[in-house]
Amino acid sequence: MDFALVWFTLVTLLWTGFFVLEGFDFGVGMLHGLVGRTDAERGLAINSVGPLWDGNEVWLIVAGASMFAAFPGWYATMFSAFYPALILLLVALIVRGVAFEYRGHRDSPRWRRNWSILLTAGSLLAPLLIGVALGGLLRGIPIDSSQEFTGGLVDLLTPYGLYVGLTVTVLAALHGSTFLALKVDDPVRARAHVLSRVLAPVAAALVLGFVVWTQSLASGWFPGVVPILAAVGVIAAVVLVGPRREAWRFVATAVALGGTVATLFVQLYPRVMVSSTNSAFDLTVQNTSSSPYALKVMTVVAAVFLPLVLLYQGWSYYVFRRRLTLADVGGGL
Amino acid sequence: MSTVDLDRFQFGMTTIYHFLFVPVTIGLAVLTAVLHTAWYRRRDDGYLRLTRFFGTLLVINIAVGVVTGLVQEFQFGMNWADYSRFVGDVFGAPLAIEGLAAFFLESTFLGLWLFGWGRLSPRVHLVTIWMVAFGALLSAAFIMAANSWMQHPVGYQLSDGRAELTSIGAVLTNPVFLWAYTHVVLASLVTGATVMLAVSAWHLLRRSDADLFGRAARISLAVLIPGALAAMIIGSELGVVVTKYQPMKIAASEAQWQTCQPCSFSLFQIGGGNRDETPTKIIQVPHLLSLLATNHWNGQVQGINELNAQYQQQYGPNDYVPNVFVQYWSMRSMAYTAGLLFLLALWGGWLLRRKRIFESRWFNRLAIWAVLLPFVMNTAGWMLTENGRQPWIVQGLMRTSDGTSPSVGTATVVTSIVTFGVLYVILGVVAWGLMVRYARRPLGPAEPVAEPDERRPQVATY
Repeated sequence: MDFALVWFTLVTLLWTGFFVLEGFDFGVGMLHGLVGRTDAERGLAINSVGPLWDGNEVWLIVAGASMFAAFPGWYATMFSAFYPALILLLVALIVRGVAFEYRGHRDSPRWRRNWSILLTAGSLLAPLLIGVALGGLLRGIPIDSSQEFTGGLVDLLTPYGLYVGLTVTVLAALHGSTFLALKVDDPVRARAHVLSRVLAPVAAALVLGFVVWTQSLASGWFPGVVPILAAVGVIAAVVLVGPRREAWRFVATAVALGGTVATLFVQLYPRVMVSSTNSAFDLTVQNTSSSPYALKVMTVVAAVFLPLVLLYQGWSYYVFRRRLTLADVGGGL
Repeated sequence: MSTVDLDRFQFGMTTIYHFLFVPVTIGLAVLTAVLHTAWYRRRDDGYLRLTRFFGTLLVINIAVGVVTGLVQEFQFGMNWADYSRFVGDVFGAPLAIEGLAAFFLESTFLGLWLFGWGRLSPRVHLVTIWMVAFGALLSAAFIMAANSWMQHPVGYQLSDGRAELTSIGAVLTNPVFLWAYTHVVLASLVTGATVMLAVSAWHLLRRSDADLFGRAARISLAVLIPGALAAMIIGSELGVVVTKYQPMKIAASEAQWQTCQPCSFSLFQIGGGNRDETPTKIIQVPHLLSLLATNHWNGQVQGINELNAQYQQQYGPNDYVPNVFVQYWSMRSMAYTAGLLFLLALWGGWLLRRKRIFESRWFNRLAIWAVLLPFVMNTAGWMLTENGRQPWIVQGLMRTSDGTSPSVGTATVVTSIVTFGVLYVILGVVAWGLMVRYARRPLGPAEPVAEPDERRPQVATY
């Protein structure tokens, strides 16, 4: 069994799962000020992801730890190369995580407004920065023969990376507005619908552009199944605008966002980081992976725990499946 | 300051900060689960009110613990790329298992517990808080397994210039891990119990819900008295294990420059730190160091100078002595604060027995301020462990100065230190403010928890 391929697939799945899940709570964070005009309405939007966001964020932590364990070379080069972006990302994630928890703890309008601003900014910045980094993996950054990053800040901001960042951010916003339309009641629901209708065509244009641009970086003309899935998903999200189609539209935005992220990894394989200096210096699954024994141990662990995680996380989504109304947050904490 | 010093400063700073919150989370999660269980069993509204009260403190604390934990995971790759390349094969596995097995559990069930009032059946809801506590304990286990490997590498072989895992079983039964993990769990229970005791004492002084906070004080003392004692005993046993694998760490923590037999324990001295081999010993206890380090009345403890010479022969010319001043005083700060906490707990236990805990204003006043002690204790404990490993990042295998990221310059590290420094100070002030505010609020009313109903409004927590 090719354990390195197994782990590349798992890393891909973890990043994809992270965006599909945390994507909508990023979106809710970005948009809660737009869909909620009153404090209670904003609280309603935030509470729709209240029990879920923390579990969603663990996907990122596990994605990172899996790269460390399965591909130490990839983890080390990527994290030290994208250093400035990652500092900003950490600040964004810290600020929005604390904002979720602390915003409701005081009744003062100023306190809540400040946390709302931080929640919005953090939720916007986080997917953008991750997108820039993931895009950079495929577009290539200067890496020398000893797998060391040799560039500076400017080399990290590739136009392609920025475009990927923009695409996943808009997709996350659309995913979030769709989630809100699915999970909360009017008037927040109606405003979420309006936002979805505005965002869907923009996201569709961006994703189609992404598929074409990404294909131009690869050989051949056929983009493969995953990018096509992403495109179909986002087009379906444009079509499924009806007020009773929320669940299907949510599936569509999940496929679009997941497909976009997975496309990056599918196009990378068997490379994991492209060197813009010389393709001989590319980091690959082979030259960055852990030993077969370590990968085997981890495969057993993942085979036991990942299904369990999916089971209880799925159950938590089931428990909190009901649509929230303003009455739920009426008292306002 | 060189880049490696800055890297170390950043790692120390972010890790100490993170570990202010971690033991509170572990300790309070267990104690909140105990309160919740008491309510489930007895259906006494008092326990429900206490559960909600301390659960809120738990959540305020977890928020910072979780987000600062992200920094911990990222900065191995960011600041310590060569270290990550060298150890990833062994060290990465427990971190990944931690995420998969423990952190998912903790986070998902925290959401379920927090928002599950009246939506889950009481029994299932009780299980969710225990899952949070279990997840937190399990998470600490894998982190300690990874850390212990840096102290005493086992279950690996060197190949292609890196350490490769050969036995996960050996990593998970590393004697350093088993003792250190137990020690950390006990210290966390002590921390959580002290926080609960301090909050209860504040309310007892003001006679607000004195009956219920008296119960909370009793529960925290019931954890604190055996917990503090066990933490000290296990800590002392850990010392014996460490003397075997990292003798330099112990010699430095005692500022023991010359090999001695039998060795007396220096309770307090002036000097004896870096390069000062003739300290003015103020108070010494004969034989105690021999006993602590080797479990023998007349045991021999190797001195710093002898060990340094030995390492120079084994690993080549270098200075293998950690910062002795930091080592000596970390050891004492940790042990003395633990001792003080234990004495305070004994006093509290005696007052409880005499049914005078409500009246004793002095005890309650001191118990409030005692909340600072476990944080000093925990921080000093980590300084002792990590500073004592220097100059190694992995004992005997890799030096700290060889573990940094070649592509990350000094300016970048300084920028990130300033960024996290400012952010953490602000975060600390806000979190402390909220903790104090909520800790001083009276207990909430005894709202009945209705039978679970899908259609009933969800309790909005945010």
